[in-house]
Amino acid sequence: MKSFVIGIRLAIVTIAIVVVSYTALLLAVAGAIAPQTAQGSLLKNAEGIIVGSSLLAQKFTRPEYFWPRPSAVDYNASATGGSNKSPTSGDLTDRAAKTVAEYGATREKPLPAELAAASGGGMDPHITEAGALYQAARVAQARGAALAEVEALILKQSFASGGVFAPGRLVNVLELNLALDALKK
Amino acid sequence: MTAFLFVPLIVGGSALLSWPLGRYLKWAMDPEPGQAGLFDRLFRVFGGSFVGRQQGWKQYALSLLAFNVILFLVSFTLLALQQRLPINPDGKSALEGSLIFNTVASFVTNTNLQHYSGEVHLSYFSQLTLMWLQFVAPAVGLAALAAVARGAAGRREMGNFFLDLQRATFLVMLPACLIVGFIFVLGGMPMTLDGAVKATTLEGIEQVISRGPVAAFVAVKQLGTNGGGFFGPNSTHPFENPSFFTNMVSTVSIVVIPMACVWMFGRIVRRMRHAAVVFCVMLALMSARIATAVHYESAPTRAFAGLAVEQTTGNLEGKELRFGSAAGPLWAVVTTSTSNGSVNAMHDSLNPMTGLMPMIGMWLNEDFGGVGVGFVNMFVYIVLGVFVAGMMVGRTPEYLGRRVESHEVKLAVLALFAHSLFILAPAALFAATDWGVMALHNVGSHGFSEILYEFSSASANNGSGFEGLGDNNVPWNVATGLVMLLARFIPIILPLGIAGSLAVKKSAAESAGSLGVDNLTFGIMLFATILFIGALTFFPVAILGPVAEHLQFMR
Repeated sequence: MKSFVIGIRLAIVTIAIVVVSYTALLLAVAGAIAPQTAQGSLLKNAEGIIVGSSLLAQKFTRPEYFWPRPSAVDYNASATGGSNKSPTSGDLTDRAAKTVAEYGATREKPLPAELAAASGGGMDPHITEAGALYQAARVAQARGAALAEVEALILKQSFASGGVFAPGRLVNVLELNLALDALKK
Repeated sequence: MTAFLFVPLIVGGSALLSWPLGRYLKWAMDPEPGQAGLFDRLFRVFGGSFVGRQQGWKQYALSLLAFNVILFLVSFTLLALQQRLPINPDGKSALEGSLIFNTVASFVTNTNLQHYSGEVHLSYFSQLTLMWLQFVAPAVGLAALAAVARGAAGRREMGNFFLDLQRATFLVMLPACLIVGFIFVLGGMPMTLDGAVKATTLEGIEQVISRGPVAAFVAVKQLGTNGGGFFGPNSTHPFENPSFFTNMVSTVSIVVIPMACVWMFGRIVRRMRHAAVVFCVMLALMSARIATAVHYESAPTRAFAGLAVEQTTGNLEGKELRFGSAAGPLWAVVTTSTSNGSVNAMHDSLNPMTGLMPMIGMWLNEDFGGVGVGFVNMFVYIVLGVFVAGMMVGRTPEYLGRRVESHEVKLAVLALFAHSLFILAPAALFAATDWGVMALHNVGSHGFSEILYEFSSASANNGSGFEGLGDNNVPWNVATGLVMLLARFIPIILPLGIAGSLAVKKSAAESAGSLGVDNLTFGIMLFATILFIGALTFFPVAILGPVAEHLQFMR
């Protein structure tokens, strides 16, 4: 019985310290040193309208934009998730075949693998540099821009995630598309 | 190749870091007389004079259970009232009863299996309630280990549960989480109580972006071998793991306290060489699984074979690019080795043999295991290993100078038997009935793997899943909830009993005739004991699930 009384006391003490104080402290620190990322790394356009988060993929289907990786949740940032399909599942093959058709990939010019594979959370903001270059011709044509200009933009934006440990260079799709739109003006 | 160098660096770095941390854990959890008087006085203020009283193993276990009953009742009530409570900016509605039961059982037992999806179902108030459990549940585990170690060291008085609980919460979990939480804030995780925000995408579609106090939540999720994510897809979600850097810090955070627990045990029983042998056995078991997982996962996914897709990269389905190629299988093994259960890649989409590695981790559940409880599980294997070795050479088995007799071995076998029973029996039941079959997301042997994985995860108090499984319904919520509760407390109480029984035995001076527990021979013996028990128990189901899938499709 004694244990229950002390248990209740300690439940209250622990809530006060590790929930209330701990959360309040980190909220204050985050607000002070990293207010932008603490709010979700939101990006705004010139008119001040939020256009998305630099950490989250969003849906792009028009030819003049770069497309992100497939999303099992259709880029829903309030109900995220992966496909959870086994590599041996036929469903995954069927889905990938559709993606291959959308990109018009051929055996001579195969699609970079990440453009056919859905990410874990369905919100991966990146594609590989190769995946962006693969789409450059389509984007350049749809925009009436020079291919070299689009490619130069990709190379400028790409980065090695993890430095020396990176298997290759990545590009943030939303940031790349924003840069494209800025180019036009 | 440098992409794979990352793996030994993370594992080696964590091992190095665990050494000073182990020294700190000993100071925090079992201070020498007069060493931590200030904190002990403070904890007596919080808990009352009872906190200063020594307990035998039975009282210790009863206090532990009583505290968990309170955790269960308080959090159940708070979750059940979610729709009436504040800090609910996105207006989340009431939760279904069996889901509340499952969730509370899951977080009280340090499992953090999630049949809900954080951003869909929970208010921030409920998330913070669960964050509270993510602090105190590992503290319960650490307290249990401190008590077991004191018993093994021959101290009849095994400490006071409420004192140990506070030491673990305030001196271990809290400072560690503040440091890592701060790093995560710098690393770009959201940390806000504001609700979801609406964005208008470049193509003019509305995108609702859920967020919350993520950095605080994720820090304790990783450090406490909890693994309960703020968002549905856990650490694959860019908000829970924004970069290569946060992924690296997360991976280390998952494994470093369980590793340090081994050194803490060694310091309490004053046998560092013994601790080093056990540490090496654990490291060998985990490293073997990491190597296997990284190997199998570097193969391209079979799903794209024959399509016009590059076949040069590994399996990318369910993975995030920013972490690099080896990070997924590394994390998959580390998170299941330690009963953490957070994921940075979807385990359901791993190549079949890769998916077997997390399952083996949960079946063995001791290298390095959950905070505190991992070594408690290993303690059971040690007792058994010592006993078998003694029988083989015809000597009286001894552990740390005390005789291991039939009573201790019975309890040890019971603990191991409970774990395998809680996995295999319900997995068989669900595989044979509509409860399991109707919930499957993938068919054939992979479907069986989904059921097997879920109960392995529940019984190992891990919390990861083959998440395709449709498990948010009454049969699954109730069954896994019960498994989690039984599989948490039986393997804590039985080893407490073993330690309590060892503690009261007369210590015999070790002689040339005793079996040493701090040499290579013992290491091999322990390794073999774990391997044989594990293989004999789980080989058939491994064949039916992932191995069958591999043989059928991947060759």
